[in-house]
Amino acid sequence: MTDTTTARSANLHRLANPGRFLRFADRIYPWCFGTMLLALTAGLVGALALSPADYQQGQSVRIMYVHVPAAWMALFVYLNLALASASLLIWRHPLAGVAAQASAPIGAAFTFLALATGSLWGKPMWGTWWVWDARLTSVLILFFLYLGYMALSNAFENEERGRRAGAVLALVGVVNLPIIKFSVDWWNTLHQPASVSRIGTPAIHSSMLWPLLVMALAFTLFYVVVLILRMRSELLAARLRALGRLAVEGR
Amino acid sequence: MSGYLAMGGYALYVWGSYALTALVLGLLFFGARQGLKRRERELDSLRALAPHRRQRAGSKKGEST
Repeated sequence: MTDTTTARSANLHRLANPGRFLRFADRIYPWCFGTMLLALTAGLVGALALSPADYQQGQSVRIMYVHVPAAWMALFVYLNLALASASLLIWRHPLAGVAAQASAPIGAAFTFLALATGSLWGKPMWGTWWVWDARLTSVLILFFLYLGYMALSNAFENEERGRRAGAVLALVGVVNLPIIKFSVDWWNTLHQPASVSRIGTPAIHSSMLWPLLVMALAFTLFYVVVLILRMRSELLAARLRALGRLAVEGR
Repeated sequence: MSGYLAMGGYALYVWGSYALTALVLGLLFFGARQGLKRRERELDSLRALAPHRRQRAGSKKGEST
C-alpha cells in the first residue's frame, strides 16, 4: 500500500520536471486529440439526433448537452486551478504555476459558455435571459474569479511572482465552489437541482444520460488538449525569456 | 428536414447555443495552437541567430573525443 503510494507520488514528482512533462505530453497528445474527436462526434449525434425531445421542454432540452458539460468543466477546471495553485505555494513546483496559468482562460471560456447557453435556455423556458438567483449569481462570481486570476497573474514583471499572487486569489475563491454546488439545495432558485447524481439513480433517462456523459468526456479531453498546447507554449516562452537574458548579458 | 432544423420553434436558442459553443471552443483551440507555433518559430530564429550555443555544443564534442 505505502509502496504503491510512494511510487505514485514519485511518478508525479518526475512529471514535475518540465523536460519529462513535455515528453509525456507529446506522447498522450495525439491519443487525447483522437479520442476527443470521436467522443465529440458520438456525443453530437446522440445530442442532436438520437436523444428524444423532453416531454415538458420539447426540443429546447438539447441545449442541456452543451450547457451542463460546460458548467461541469467550469467547476472542474477551477478545482484544477486551485490544486495547481496549492502545489505552487506549498511545494514551489514551477510547473504547477504554469499549469494553473494555462488552465485559467480555458475555465473562463467554459464558465462563459455555461452562462451564455444557460441564458439561451432560460429565455424560452423561464421567460427571462437572467435572474439574480443563487446559482446564476455564484457562477457569475466564478467567471469574475477566473478573470481576476488572469489579470493578477499577468500583472507582474516577474512571472513567478504573478502566479504566486494569482494562486492566493485562486485558493480564496475555492469557497465559491460548494456555494455553486449546493446553491440549488440551500436556496429557492429558479435553476433546477442536479439530475445526475453520483449517489443513487440519476433522475434522467439513459437515452439522455449517455449523450450528456459522452459530451462531458469530449469537453474534458478538450481541456487536456488545450492545456497541453498552452503549457508547451508557456514553457517555450520561459525559454525565450532566458535566451533573451543570456543575449543581453553576453553583449 | 426543415422541421428538424426548426427545433420545435426553439431553433434560435438551440442552434445559437451550439454555434456559440463551437465558436468559443474553436477560438480557444486555434488560439492556443497559433501561440505555440509562433513561439516555436521565435525560438528557432533565435537559435539560428546565436551560433555561440552551437559552438559550445561543438567544443564539448571536441573535448570528449
